[in-house]
Amino acid sequence: MATRTMTPKDSKKGVTQSKPRLDARDLLVKYGFIAVTIIFLVYFMATLPAFRTSSTMFTLLKFTSVVAIAGLGVTVTMVVGGLDLSVGATAGMSVTVAAMTMVIYAQQGSVAILAVIMAGAIIGAANALLIVVLKIPDLLATLATMFLVQGLKLVPVDGQSVSSGLILRDGTVAPGKFTPGFLEINRGSIGPVPYPVIIFAVLAVFTWFLLSRTKWGRVMYAIGSNPEAARLAGARVGRYKAFAYMLSGIYASIAGLILASRIGQGDISAGNSLLLDAVAVALVGTSVLGVGKPNAFGTALGAILIGILLTGTTMMNFQYYWQDVVKGFVLLVALVFSFTLSRRKQRFQAAVPL
Amino acid sequence: MEPAVRMEAITMSFGPNEVLKGIDLAIEPGKVTAMLGANGAGKSTLIKVLSGVYNGYGGTVVIDGAPVYIDHPTTARSHGVEAVHQKIADGIVPGLSVAENLLFEAIVNNEVPRAASLHSLMPRARHVASVLDLDWSDDLLRSDVYELPIADQQLLLLTRALVHEPRLLILDEPTSALSKTEADRLFDVIRRLRDDGVAVFYVSHRIGEIDSIADRLLVLRDGVIRSDQGRPFDWAGALHEMLDADEAERTQRTAELRGTDEVLRLEGVQLLAKSEPFDLSIRSGEVTGVFGLLGSGGSQLARGIFGADLFEAGTMTLKGSAFGPKAPADAIAADVYMVPEDRVNGTLIKNWTVSMIATFPFLQDISRLGVLNPLAEAKVGRSVIQDFGVIAQSEGDPVMSLSGGNQQKVVVGRWLRKQPAVMILNEPFQGVDVGARHDLAEKAREVAGTGSAVIVMSTDLEEIMEVSDRVVVLADGNLRHDAYLSETSRDEILQRLSEVE
Repeated sequence: MATRTMTPKDSKKGVTQSKPRLDARDLLVKYGFIAVTIIFLVYFMATLPAFRTSSTMFTLLKFTSVVAIAGLGVTVTMVVGGLDLSVGATAGMSVTVAAMTMVIYAQQGSVAILAVIMAGAIIGAANALLIVVLKIPDLLATLATMFLVQGLKLVPVDGQSVSSGLILRDGTVAPGKFTPGFLEINRGSIGPVPYPVIIFAVLAVFTWFLLSRTKWGRVMYAIGSNPEAARLAGARVGRYKAFAYMLSGIYASIAGLILASRIGQGDISAGNSLLLDAVAVALVGTSVLGVGKPNAFGTALGAILIGILLTGTTMMNFQYYWQDVVKGFVLLVALVFSFTLSRRKQRFQAAVPL
Repeated sequence: MEPAVRMEAITMSFGPNEVLKGIDLAIEPGKVTAMLGANGAGKSTLIKVLSGVYNGYGGTVVIDGAPVYIDHPTTARSHGVEAVHQKIADGIVPGLSVAENLLFEAIVNNEVPRAASLHSLMPRARHVASVLDLDWSDDLLRSDVYELPIADQQLLLLTRALVHEPRLLILDEPTSALSKTEADRLFDVIRRLRDDGVAVFYVSHRIGEIDSIADRLLVLRDGVIRSDQGRPFDWAGALHEMLDADEAERTQRTAELRGTDEVLRLEGVQLLAKSEPFDLSIRSGEVTGVFGLLGSGGSQLARGIFGADLFEAGTMTLKGSAFGPKAPADAIAADVYMVPEDRVNGTLIKNWTVSMIATFPFLQDISRLGVLNPLAEAKVGRSVIQDFGVIAQSEGDPVMSLSGGNQQKVVVGRWLRKQPAVMILNEPFQGVDVGARHDLAEKAREVAGTGSAVIVMSTDLEEIMEVSDRVVVLADGNLRHDAYLSETSRDEILQRLSEVE
């Protein structure tokens, strides 16, 4: 394993301080999570011949992409000191909106995509309104939005799943269907790389760049860490928070698009389990590389690790209920890394108004 | 008369830092003994020693003719010493009823049945309330404690202290959250207690209050009692002892700058809810020092100009046009900058490097199309380190690893390098060593010399004398004095501050 020699800068710090050294514990905090990911990957590859194929890899990433994209949105809200609990509901709503646009209103797939992303942005704007203007704590506001969205999406469809051949209120048959183009979102690929994986990769890189390479990202981290200091340095805190929730809403709707394309009908229960998975991967992400703060790279890696474990355990014929055990286990290990083992005094603090 | 409590050579140190350097004091019953002291004089340390919060003091406390050692709040209580601390919220237990709050100590000590209904607590609660003749109805006793007005919450805490019939009652800034009429109610209660023979030890910054209620005035400074007087009080003398430096400690003044151009004009500005509006003109090319005791409105003035808070009333004009910042971002866009008094919570961000803090307000300077340029960032960090003499290994050091003075240099430096129109420094020397203080004062004067208007708020007269050309004196939010230092004197400044309305 990599070791680091002491740099002159370290040694200059003087004699009063104990010598800075990278012992096993620091290494564990920094690289432990990545090591765990690689260990599982190697283990599954060694024991499961089917796991070794590249198609399995891409399928794994493809199934991970939905959770990962929603998790990236949650990450952005966590960076500004909040937490978006409405991502699952927004993704679920996207499925219904996509289905309605194509099946009931017989529109093209492109129109459906536009409608879904706009709906996601509107949910994000509603969250921003509640949090920034009406001053409701983030968790509580997005919890309310979650319920509202979950319920309201069922009103125009009378609580039914929307699929082609649906009988409408006036007794006629719904005129449209999921267009082939729309179904391509999930099925298509460039070479061996499925579209969802490409979308995931693009969004992960974009989010990473935004958060760690731009001035806006810098301000967002400042707001999450010390909002008063950020405000007194001239940051317009409300606008950045609003932006974060808008982005989160849009990400959730993109996750919903992939989900809709995968299911191929307006399943009303779609996205139900997405929220907890997305929050979990974003939390897991805070422990990657020992950074102790929400970050896009960590979230992506956290999602992939969970994907590896779920695929591996499924291939090893574990029952479906082991999936939650796996997710809980990964989250717990990540939390041990960042809370128990880390020497950092400042840790990520969830936006819980306790 | 036998004193209620006598202190003999009380000392208290925190590490090498000796905060109390031998306090000899007898507090007499039936009198209100007031204590005045600047920040860091040792007031709260003395209170905490007496009320048993701190353990390990030196010297002797004598109660009833016998020396006692107060090592715990319960010991203090058993000897008849009760303290009501400054923050009301620290004493009130939210979510409980008024009655439960009144009986809180009894509940904690299991003196009431564990599963008592509110109904069964009522007689005892009524009894406690009657100690202060609080005319509280049963409905009020049953209501949530947060429904009580703040003054009544203060009275509740006082009642809770009085239940034990203390011989010494310590009140630490008891009116800081109260309005004028509420404070008057509290004073009536204090007078009654005094007449009942309780020794009241009253710590406050408000000279008007002390003047109206105290029988004796002490001034604490640097851990010793510097002045001890009975009525009528010589306020100018007391403030001199509290604030003014000895001849030897006085810093040499550099040549006075005289600004000519009015940059910022304040009209009808009202700082506190109960203060009078005033006009004020801030000129470029000079340093305006705003001097006042804690809570006299300096922070409100700073935050109001900067758009961090709104004034109670009033308007501003910046370089001839209306100026009404609704957020700090608006003020910064007009080149009006502020360094807040609370450095840690108001400016620093954990795990950030020196260059990140140094560049934060002006990220556009180190980015193109929004993308940060790490080289430009490091360059700004290095230039702040160099120009302000920050002691740090490199611009990549975590800002939290620097000393207070060096942190402050980074925070002040990040604004000064932009040649501000108006630079407000609110208590810039707090928690800053002497060397850094001189450096910062010099930099502030330098930037004023090149055409900025600089405003420095401080509760320390010596700091004001060192950094300013002109002094503005605030008391309880009112403007008391405005003059160039060469045309006024320490005595006149303290005289104006000490005028009791």
